[in-house]
Amino acid sequence: MRRKKDRPRKTASEKPSLTRRDFLKGAGVTVSGGLLGKSIVADAAQPESKNEIVGPGAVPVTLRVNGKVHKLNIEPRVTLLDALRDRLDITGSKKVCDRATCGACTMLMDRKPVYGCTVLAIEAEGHEITTIEGLAADDKLTPVMAAFVNHDAQQCGFCTPGFVMACTAFLERNPNPSLEDIEKGLGGNLCRCGTYWGVRHAVLQAAREMKGGSHGNV
Amino acid sequence: MATCKYDWPEAGGRELVGKRIDRIDGPEKASGRAKYTYDTHRPGLLIAKLLTCPYAHAKIKSIDISPAQSLPGVKAVLVIQDAGSEIQWAGDEIVAVAAVNEDIAEDARRRIKVEYEQLPHLVREEDLERAQANGRTKPAGEETVGDPNKAFQDPDVVISKGFYGIPVITHCCLEAHGNVAEWTDAKTLKTWSSTQNVSGLPGQIGAGLRRQKVNVDDSNIETVCQYIGGGFGSKVFSRPWGIVAAQLAKMAGKPVKLMLDRDAELEIAGARPSAFAKISVAAKKDGTLAAWDSESWGTGGVGPAGHPPLPYVLQPPNTHWKHTMVAANIGPSRAWRAPNHPQGCLLTMGALDDLAAKLEMDPVEFLMKNVHLAPKLLTKIYSEELQKAAELAEWKKNWHPRGDKTPGHTKRGMGVSLHTWGGRGHTSTCNVIVRPDGSVTVRLGSQDLGTGTRTVIAISVAETFGLPVEAVKVEIGDSKYPPDGASGGSTTVGGVSASTRRGAVDALGELFAAVAPSLGVPPDQLEAHLGLIRVKGDASKSLTWKQACSKLGVKTIQTTGRNPGPCHLNDSGVGGVQIADVSVDTETGQVKVNRMVAAQDCGLIIDLKTAESQVYGALIMGICYSLFEEKIMDETLGQMLNPNMEFYKLAGIGDIGELVVHMMTGPGYDERGVIGLGEPPVISPGAAISNAVANAIGVRVPTLPLTPDRVLAALDKGGLA
Repeated sequence: MRRKKDRPRKTASEKPSLTRRDFLKGAGVTVSGGLLGKSIVADAAQPESKNEIVGPGAVPVTLRVNGKVHKLNIEPRVTLLDALRDRLDITGSKKVCDRATCGACTMLMDRKPVYGCTVLAIEAEGHEITTIEGLAADDKLTPVMAAFVNHDAQQCGFCTPGFVMACTAFLERNPNPSLEDIEKGLGGNLCRCGTYWGVRHAVLQAAREMKGGSHGNV
Repeated sequence: MATCKYDWPEAGGRELVGKRIDRIDGPEKASGRAKYTYDTHRPGLLIAKLLTCPYAHAKIKSIDISPAQSLPGVKAVLVIQDAGSEIQWAGDEIVAVAAVNEDIAEDARRRIKVEYEQLPHLVREEDLERAQANGRTKPAGEETVGDPNKAFQDPDVVISKGFYGIPVITHCCLEAHGNVAEWTDAKTLKTWSSTQNVSGLPGQIGAGLRRQKVNVDDSNIETVCQYIGGGFGSKVFSRPWGIVAAQLAKMAGKPVKLMLDRDAELEIAGARPSAFAKISVAAKKDGTLAAWDSESWGTGGVGPAGHPPLPYVLQPPNTHWKHTMVAANIGPSRAWRAPNHPQGCLLTMGALDDLAAKLEMDPVEFLMKNVHLAPKLLTKIYSEELQKAAELAEWKKNWHPRGDKTPGHTKRGMGVSLHTWGGRGHTSTCNVIVRPDGSVTVRLGSQDLGTGTRTVIAISVAETFGLPVEAVKVEIGDSKYPPDGASGGSTTVGGVSASTRRGAVDALGELFAAVAPSLGVPPDQLEAHLGLIRVKGDASKSLTWKQACSKLGVKTIQTTGRNPGPCHLNDSGVGGVQIADVSVDTETGQVKVNRMVAAQDCGLIIDLKTAESQVYGALIMGICYSLFEEKIMDETLGQMLNPNMEFYKLAGIGDIGELVVHMMTGPGYDERGVIGLGEPPVISPGAAISNAVANAIGVRVPTLPLTPDRVLAALDKGGLA
């Protein structure tokens, strides 16, 4: 997974004077209904836009997360990550850098890995969201999770859910990864305790075991 | 031949201690079920945000919070530092706002109006003369041993002079510092805190609240921390965020969550002090160290930050060092894994490596020649570790004299360093509880930073009872439990393994007394082994653990185990040797780690798997600060330029090369008892990697991190032709 470079970013000098909300209002972000399947975002600067305009006040949003439907009333500026963590108490995805650098909020949108901190909740409407809570049934561990435990690919564990999600998605696309593939494919997740050595081995183990076919519920 | 009743079992009698055992909370973490402070939700929870000062040095002229207060959804606004206060670093907390959600809290924060009078600042300290001219320096220690002046004048010595530096870095915990605070009634406070100090936090928060005229007894404060997303020394003290969260919660009458934003986490939540030094070091022609002289300086913010131990580990007979503290307007320092040691190590081992090069000596042989100048306890350990590390790094095959002379622009080099740390177990109290149904609980106010504390506790008790690890329920992370020390300075494993061993041995003694009549022998003839309580030397006479516990009838055993205490269970003082193997691209200045080798002792290892993880992690963290990390301050703005994770760089999974970890165990090591391991392996990477780069390109890159610009600048000054 590559780090996304094209998402709105805050910089030190802009903060706190520019927020996501300002950005959405001022920068003319519109996304056509055709692209994402439904409505999107307020744009005060372009009132003639044919796109459906929502916000800046709270709007109804329906999210499908781990197979369950959740109806929320939130401002369009709320990220998918914040909606899940703060509104739905689905906290496996972590908020760390909040700007698409570290990967701690990695989740799957229609089985593709995304950084939840740089997807708006309203963008996620109509898509199937899977967080780490949705990977394993009950108390069972997926092969990736079990490999993380076996190779001690975690210390404080705060980056771990993001890594597990990224590895899960990575192995779907690369069932026979080389070490080089792993280094490139998982370069979008950062760890502070230094668990990469264990992660490398965990990915290789999970790849071997998943050849049997069990990929969790994804 | 255990002679003292709490002694660790002899090598042959250990079922669990020293084996590779999975961390017991691994499944909780790997499945995302582990709940951290940041994940804590309470009914009616408010989210708080801090308004911080944008200036490095300023006086607050006025504050107007009314526009924030009037915003719908805002429930409390607290002025932390009022008009008239002098602010000493950008990022210092001025006002806190609590609102029904994060977005409204952010809106409210932006409505607050603060007027400042800017004052002169200094945020960059590497130029000592400039800092002196600005009146920003204070002496921070000086010492002379022997007669260094005379020793340097000896015509028979070879002298190397150099400049070395290691900048301020931050902790960058992935879970930012913060707390959730809830007053469960007018007098009773509960906090969920991202802390390395569960037992100590209520006292800190209580004292802070009383200073703010909030009346509360420490005994009415409970702190909980089941999981913490990184600390590295920066989360031993709460102030001021835990106190602010509790104040806001009091004002609003609702629970409040205050977690630092990422920029604040990097600006104010912890800095490792810098160290720069001009160093002269002399040795006889055979390589024996003769004299050391250093003038060093550094900053840990406006307050004191100690000084690096210089010269580090190896003490020549004649030494002089002098350290100066620079008061810089940056966020205050906090303990960073092995405080001051990585700095002392980089300065010393860099200087010694340059001296070895001048003597045209192999640096491993040079260190071997001088290990007698290390503390006595460690000389044999260093000799063995140097030998082991050199063997694992294929030193003899891969090392070459300074400057890789092979053609092409990729140059390979090898560097070595050694380090030490104390790591004696902290004060610890635990309860060990054995119930008549055979269930076992151990309870203490400790915390697991990700080092494997829970697992070590479970192993210590399970080993004593002859039970599997899963049979022990470990309850930590709550200040209601028996008090345990803060997790800092590699003190936890030594402390909790000893207290729980003592508590478990006493509990087993009570169990033996209860079951001895059924087995028809005195209690001292019993032993616990592989799930059985059996008569020593007569395996036919035994009860299963459950059967034995049922003999307790209605009685539950509860013992208290303590550290320190009787018998030799733990110790202090470890050595470690690391070797780096790097490649440097002399066209781009890029440094790549090919391989890092660590030979590390830590006395008796409780869990080999998590112990090795500590070393792997430390090597990676060391690669981070050697190649990437720096808190970059701008002298004009007075601000940190990279308070985010795209420009405050950490290594990724592709940056670490091959890691080889060898734990020194067995005779000579195990009988020392348990010694902490969190700090030592993070000390040497800076020096080992810097030395390897010098070996590759033929010239010292004086300061970390070894970024392409620094490497190219050093090459320009005179590297390989």
